[in-house]
Amino acid sequence: MFLFMAKNNDIKNALERYRHAMADKRDILLTNIVMVGEIPAPTFEEEARVRFMVDRFSEAGLHNCSADEVGNGFGILPGTESDRNILLVAHADSIFGPKVDHTISMHVDRVEGPAVGDNALGLAALATLPLALEQLDLALKSNVILMAASRSLGRGDLQGLRFFLQNNKRPIQCAMCVEGVQLGRLSYSSIGMVRAEINVYVPEQYDWTRFGAAGANITLIDLINKMNRIPLPKRPKTSIVLGTIEGGTSFNTIATHALLRFEIRSESAEVVHDILQQIEDAIAETQSETNADIKLDVLARRKPGGVDFRHALVRRARAVMRALDIEPRMAPSTSELSELINHNIPAITLGLTESEKQSQINESLKIEPIFTGMAQLIGMLVAMDEDGRHEH
Amino acid sequence: MNIDQWVHNNTFHHGQFWDFRHMVEAKEQQNVKVSLCIPTLNEEKTIGKEVVIFKSELMSRYPLLDEIAIIDSGSTDQTCEVAASYGADVYLASDILPEVGAKRGKGENLWKAIYQLEGDIIIYVDADIKNIHPRFAYGLLAPLLYRPEIKYVKAFYDRPLAFSQGIRPSGGGRVTEILVRPLFSLFFPELTGIIQPLSGEYAVRREVLQDIPFPIGYGVETSHLIDVYSKWGMEAFGQTDLDQRVHRNQATRDLGKMSFGILQTFLSRAKSLGIMPEMPNLHPSLRQFQAREGSFEQVEYHIVEEERPPMITIPAYREKFNIVE
Repeated sequence: MFLFMAKNNDIKNALERYRHAMADKRDILLTNIVMVGEIPAPTFEEEARVRFMVDRFSEAGLHNCSADEVGNGFGILPGTESDRNILLVAHADSIFGPKVDHTISMHVDRVEGPAVGDNALGLAALATLPLALEQLDLALKSNVILMAASRSLGRGDLQGLRFFLQNNKRPIQCAMCVEGVQLGRLSYSSIGMVRAEINVYVPEQYDWTRFGAAGANITLIDLINKMNRIPLPKRPKTSIVLGTIEGGTSFNTIATHALLRFEIRSESAEVVHDILQQIEDAIAETQSETNADIKLDVLARRKPGGVDFRHALVRRARAVMRALDIEPRMAPSTSELSELINHNIPAITLGLTESEKQSQINESLKIEPIFTGMAQLIGMLVAMDEDGRHEH
Repeated sequence: MNIDQWVHNNTFHHGQFWDFRHMVEAKEQQNVKVSLCIPTLNEEKTIGKEVVIFKSELMSRYPLLDEIAIIDSGSTDQTCEVAASYGADVYLASDILPEVGAKRGKGENLWKAIYQLEGDIIIYVDADIKNIHPRFAYGLLAPLLYRPEIKYVKAFYDRPLAFSQGIRPSGGGRVTEILVRPLFSLFFPELTGIIQPLSGEYAVRREVLQDIPFPIGYGVETSHLIDVYSKWGMEAFGQTDLDQRVHRNQATRDLGKMSFGILQTFLSRAKSLGIMPEMPNLHPSLRQFQAREGSFEQVEYHIVEEERPPMITIPAYREKFNIVE
């Protein structure tokens, strides 16, 4: 095959063949999105969804189909020659709890439902991939480990993938993280990150006249104002993302509890550390002013790192995208990719299609670009396999 | 036949039929064709998912279905376009057997499917199921593949199970429990073994479908049960627990119309079978009340349960399927 030793036209032709093969599997791919996406899988409760994935792997004739002790699901597509291993990972958990209606609906040109893009499509891609490779008669030299990773999001803090990488006995040469959206996403580096939660508690019998405060919400707002005043450098790029604010129970009850979930992100680990220190100072100051009980819990940390823009893996990815007329959007990641980087495994993250209302209950995926996204995935897999062959 | 014994022997759970490869083997050995029929009227929100799931799981992955067809009553939304885009064969009921004319009702679509579709077995599945899953088809098909004496398999949902406070009642919806089950208990006690007589999902052998008449409205399921029971007995029935079914809930007023249609069908069967030979003419009008600005007004619905004759009596059908007298 030597896809990436070939001329541009040959690359285009091969990718077009992959796209057609995926379009032929359209009903299976879409069904996989629906069937996997309708199984609720909040973080730490992915068991049923992972079982579905393992069943799919098993039905496709993969080897070693199993779930491990932290709930990751696996199947291995055996290579023809080498003992090289390529890891394809999609996180199995979603942000929606079991009480959310997980019904997915299909329209002529789109699929709609909670977490269809993050990450029902990524999982469906893994479940469908072996069938597409079989149809294409693509026998890869490397073993391909397909992994539905548990405990990835939020408090999960990539526990599933971390457990696997710490305990896996097969050497992994490179990896790809598969996300449903957005097509064009190309992540090859991880940024430094701290994910934390601040809980503000005020006693129910609070002496309002003495302190003149108005409960946990005001205290939290005061703290947020202090956080906003922390100077952020432009270089290295740095930001504080205030993701979730919750507080109080009704219109007329003074809030006794308020919550802030946030992330500090920076290209520099030192800057992340420095900002976290300043937030801790702001908490101490607010606490002394109000006597509220303020707790900071750090839930996850990431170190910056990754491969270089000129790394063969990234060059291959750009070439594949260019051949498919996909505009690459480079963005660092704080998800599975960073854990792979921690283990010195060259890796990238790709998205498969375009979506609207991302992370909302009625997220909508465009169907047609999925086949281009899948062609990209297969193209990258072939490229990774070929790189391994040259190394040998 | 003892009802408990029948329930024990002829009641299944879809989980028993997990081995699709075995089912495909049984189908191939018997050399039977299987058609899936989905009657539709303005179902664009659910039809796409239904078609793509059946096609993927029961055609592409495991060849259990030979065709998936939509028989549409003239939808004004995108039902037909969506169904076709996911690979279903789409037919307009009024285009099928035009020489017998067109009537409006779900039963009409089911009846015309017998002519249009090729299957030796036809599986009927409603189009408004939110939690659609392949079990809605294979759970009904499997008893027909494994038990040659069974001819008609009904779906039921939410099987009676022991729970923390003993046994909870289980069965059908409001019309089943308030109307149909009491009627069956009085006149056809064995049919009370069927847990959800009005469920819209069933799989039937062609030899049965072509031999029974089809009310085109609300009474089609009730008449099927009585007619199949009268001709072939309880041994011909099977029923499969398909777990949960999520669908639109109907207003009580609509259930009144449904009950009215079912009652007409039931009484007409009772008369023709000689159970109630003397019966006055029935008024085909249902009267319901509604309040408007402090006064009550009567709303009258004209509901006549028309019937299509057994398909085998239609010359075009006999010709198409080479049936000689």
